[in-house]
Amino acid sequence: MVSVTRIVLQRLVLGLLTLFVVSIVIFIAVNMLPGDFAQAILGQGATPEAVEAIRRDLGLDQPPVIRYFQWLGRALQGDLGSSFAQANFANFTGTESGATTVAAQIAPRFANTMFLAGVTAAIAVPVSLVLGILAALYRNSAFDRVANIFTLSSISSPEFFLAYVLILFLAVLNPLLPSLSNIYSDMTLGQRVERTLLPALTLTLVVTAHMMRMTRAAIINLLASPYIEMARLKGLSPLRVIVHHALPNALAPIINVIALNLAYLITGVVVVEVVFVYPGIGQLFVDAVKIRDIPMVQACCLIFAAAYILLNFSADILSILSNPRLRHPK
Amino acid sequence: MTMLVWIVGCVAALIGAGWVFRFIGRLTGGTVFRDMEIATAFGYMLALASVGLGVWLFFFVEAAVFFRWAVQGFIGFAIAAFLFRLLGRHLGPNSTRRLFRQMPLTASFGIMIVLIYAILAIFAGAIAPHGQEEVFAQVNLLPGGNVAMGGDPAFPLGTDQIGRDLLSRLIYGAQNTVGIAFATTVIAFLLGGTLGFLAATLGGWLDQLLSRMVDVLMAIPSLIFALLLMTIASAWAGSQQQLLTVYMILIIAVIDSTRVYRLARAVGGNIVVMDYIEAAKLRGEGLLYLIFKEILPNAMAPLLAEFGLRFCFVFLTIASLSFLGVGIQPPLADWGTMVRDLSQFINFAAFSPLTAALPLMAAGAIALLTVAVNFVVDWMLQKSSGLKE
Repeated sequence: MVSVTRIVLQRLVLGLLTLFVVSIVIFIAVNMLPGDFAQAILGQGATPEAVEAIRRDLGLDQPPVIRYFQWLGRALQGDLGSSFAQANFANFTGTESGATTVAAQIAPRFANTMFLAGVTAAIAVPVSLVLGILAALYRNSAFDRVANIFTLSSISSPEFFLAYVLILFLAVLNPLLPSLSNIYSDMTLGQRVERTLLPALTLTLVVTAHMMRMTRAAIINLLASPYIEMARLKGLSPLRVIVHHALPNALAPIINVIALNLAYLITGVVVVEVVFVYPGIGQLFVDAVKIRDIPMVQACCLIFAAAYILLNFSADILSILSNPRLRHPK
Repeated sequence: MTMLVWIVGCVAALIGAGWVFRFIGRLTGGTVFRDMEIATAFGYMLALASVGLGVWLFFFVEAAVFFRWAVQGFIGFAIAAFLFRLLGRHLGPNSTRRLFRQMPLTASFGIMIVLIYAILAIFAGAIAPHGQEEVFAQVNLLPGGNVAMGGDPAFPLGTDQIGRDLLSRLIYGAQNTVGIAFATTVIAFLLGGTLGFLAATLGGWLDQLLSRMVDVLMAIPSLIFALLLMTIASAWAGSQQQLLTVYMILIIAVIDSTRVYRLARAVGGNIVVMDYIEAAKLRGEGLLYLIFKEILPNAMAPLLAEFGLRFCFVFLTIASLSFLGVGIQPPLADWGTMVRDLSQFINFAAFSPLTAALPLMAAGAIALLTVAVNFVVDWMLQKSSGLKE
């Protein structure tokens, strides 16, 4: 008998190990840049002396293994380095804005992204569960067929297509919601939700379709089993059979797909944030990619990967908890 | 708040209408109405109400241009798919005829769209009225070809900020976007499929090494990883934009080959333990014979379905990267970049609907192809698994 805590600990160690290896991959990838950081910062104005000075400043004269552990150690303490672009900007203007470190820039935007993901999840999870149960209940009816076509279409459309269609109908033709999500720190919750609603709806469309299909498939998979037959023969109503008898056993795959979709939310926000100019971490990441702000790219990548691994880990744990059979691997 | 009240009110009214509908139906004494649940009656009422709303919008609301276009497009495609299926049922060899006979309308729609895109992509040079890089003197022409409105019949969809014909660029987009996505998928399959089958047949340390590497690569979200690698690739490419496109193909192919590897290894692992593989091994066949003559033919069905799905993912990734400005580089015409460049036009929807439709056309071209491929794959999977429920 393997206890649950041991399985959780095992998975946790595995997750941390994966994160560690991922950080190595990211570090190696970044170090494949031609030349090095110093030249990347200075660009065309790279005189040998300046390159040398920056190299010493950043510790680039040390071997890569030592640099990796220095970077990792600092990252663990919350110091993700300083942003090239912001440092350049501060040099130009001579002002000390204070937000030159990567961590200081990411923190508020990370909170914004989590807010967007939270609003989306709050809409998408209940809606997709209800629709999935309804589709399973009325399977092969006209409702199911129409739902199938709609979900398949919205899964396979690019996010920006859905986003622009929503903008067209909900912001331009019928001005119900703002199409730009400019969010400040001193807004009330109501205003924030209003500004966030359009990007959240776009993400909901993408995510709901997937979750709903999986819910339907997981329930229908179970409907052929003998105990469901028994419940039906007992004279229970179809809704009761599905909600009380099929749903608890279908929970493991449903939890799994919900967690996977939340993981997708954290990474899939990139495109949606760019469309709606939402000040989240995804937009920061894309901007950093465009101007080759390496420390920023590195940090965002690490955060995205950590979130992804964390959500997969929790999906694993939750599905093990909800299905005792998974506690005894063959 | 008022919207919530409206929604609740509408639902309540529909439930009431459903009850009345069932009640009247019961008066006629049919068993259908006797056994009908209130939820089913509500469903009928909801369908009736939405059809009514649609008809009202279509015929009586002048401003609902986009809705009218969408409905016309939907009906047009449905009729075209029906005719295409009819054509397939009566033309061609017996095997395809039989295939078309059991085909749902969605699948024939998918096949038709894929064929159209293939023709557009291959013959883009002959179909497009102008070249994709050709710059004309008429800048910012409005679509529609109406001279009085600021258009030109020679440029049916108008021109962009620097005077390139948008219709030609849309058509060339099929060649570039679809062609590059297709090439990427093929590379991903060659790489992932070969390594996956090798891992499945040889096993041992090679299998362990490759599988752990793939595990690590899959732990990073693919779009994020692609963006990270594109940053580095853009530094390598420098000012050579063409080189960046090549790097992008390789990067996405490697990232997506991890998913192919997983599938190929799993499918191959199931086949390797079969008796006929054992027999082939005892016969003294070589590794290549085993992989190409024994494993590959038996793994074809799931791999083909995966190819369709993988193509969709690759296509969407490339479109997203281009939309974000780090994918396919100008002067190549490409749909993702076009959506980004034209996106501001959407604000003119109330004055010039056709102009506002331009970014949606480019984005819709992407969506249409992925939807079509998904329909075909859905049908193939359903057919091969024999699932009816």
